[in-house]
Amino acid sequence: MSVKQALLALLEQGPMYGYQLRGEFEQRTGSTWPLNVGQVYTTLTRLERDGLVEGAGSDADGHVVYSITDTGREEVAAWFTTPVARTQPPRDELAIKLALAVTVPGVDVGTVIQQQRSATMTALQDYARLKRSGPVSGQPSDLSWGLVLDSLVFSAEAEIRWLDHCEARLRRAALERPAARTARDVAATADEEVAR
Amino acid sequence: MSAVLHLDAVTRIHGEGETAVRALREVSFAASAGELVAIMGPSGSGKSTLLTLAGGLDQPTSGTVSVEGVDLASLGNDGRARMRRTSIGYVFQDFNLIPALSAVENVALPLELDGVRGRNARARAREALEEVGIADLADRFPDHMSGGQQQRVAIARAVVGERRLILADEPTGALDTETGEDVLRLLRARCDAGAAGVLVTHEARHAAWADRVVFLRDGLVVDVTGTDPAESLLESGVSR
Repeated sequence: MSVKQALLALLEQGPMYGYQLRGEFEQRTGSTWPLNVGQVYTTLTRLERDGLVEGAGSDADGHVVYSITDTGREEVAAWFTTPVARTQPPRDELAIKLALAVTVPGVDVGTVIQQQRSATMTALQDYARLKRSGPVSGQPSDLSWGLVLDSLVFSAEAEIRWLDHCEARLRRAALERPAARTARDVAATADEEVAR
Repeated sequence: MSAVLHLDAVTRIHGEGETAVRALREVSFAASAGELVAIMGPSGSGKSTLLTLAGGLDQPTSGTVSVEGVDLASLGNDGRARMRRTSIGYVFQDFNLIPALSAVENVALPLELDGVRGRNARARAREALEEVGIADLADRFPDHMSGGQQQRVAIARAVVGERRLILADEPTGALDTETGEDVLRLLRARCDAGAAGVLVTHEARHAAWADRVVFLRDGLVVDVTGTDPAESLLESGVSR
């Protein structure tokens, strides 16, 4: 995740210290991706080294305040104007699990799909509950968090649609190859062969 | 807890002999007051059949469908029609408003058909429109309203007269994502206020607003997520 760019974008609004940056980040993203303050300070150190931020002294309470440099502003502008690349899809445990489930003998793929769909629907119900109890203060940070929540909702929904699709494809494949052996049959035959 | 809608071992077979289609097979489920239940499943899984039976628009081949404790089969056609006007509200994907009537007239229609005098019916229709947030559009005709506004009118029509069972068949199908969510909020609020709701949808993010999600496939209930309020009450009773 682009902690670096996110912190830079926050600093573009004005100088801040580490705890403040963490607070702003979490408020806007609904603490969906918790940041520990150590991570914030490590990132700030690296950003300072690369000339993207600079120390701006301390505030009255002794917090070290950072401000963005011109190079930092260019970096933020570049981040906002460049699409996030999809060339390297993040590793998707569920897709990998299903790909293996359809090929490994003895796995009941239908049950794998159904259990996953239930679990994802339960998560989606939790998100809907969050929406219902959502903040209504009209602050810009509520809008940011609302958009993050929508992103979680849409990706959970996409997962359920994909699971429905997998289920339908598997059922059709099973109908088209009525004589094909099931995973369990294959396993049983393999066992027999081993026994021989 | 008394269920507003109760389906007990409901089977519906369309046609006969070799071409018979078993649209529902011994499906049992209930929707209680204050509860929204979503039904999901692929095309042909029996979702629409279930809603049609719940609304008394069709009758099961076997099993019983009860609304507010009354077996719909025990009522004649007139009785069922009356039940639909007074106890059951229906919300459709394509709104089904009457184009020649204004919003308030559309909402008042079921009341007037049930014998409520015109002025009284309209006053109650205006209240229902206010509840769904479009009191200012009461005198507009459907053609001059957006899809989201028309669906709000349809929801007002479905709930007017204190009907306690709301059946919604893909109510967000013709709406954009944000307007669709507004419609779900309204249905949810209506259930929170004491109605029982059954929502058929293929959109998981909308089904997620329900207390329970029932998955149908080939006319069978294959899975249910969420809690059954009756069961959780029983559990809390046992733990005491």
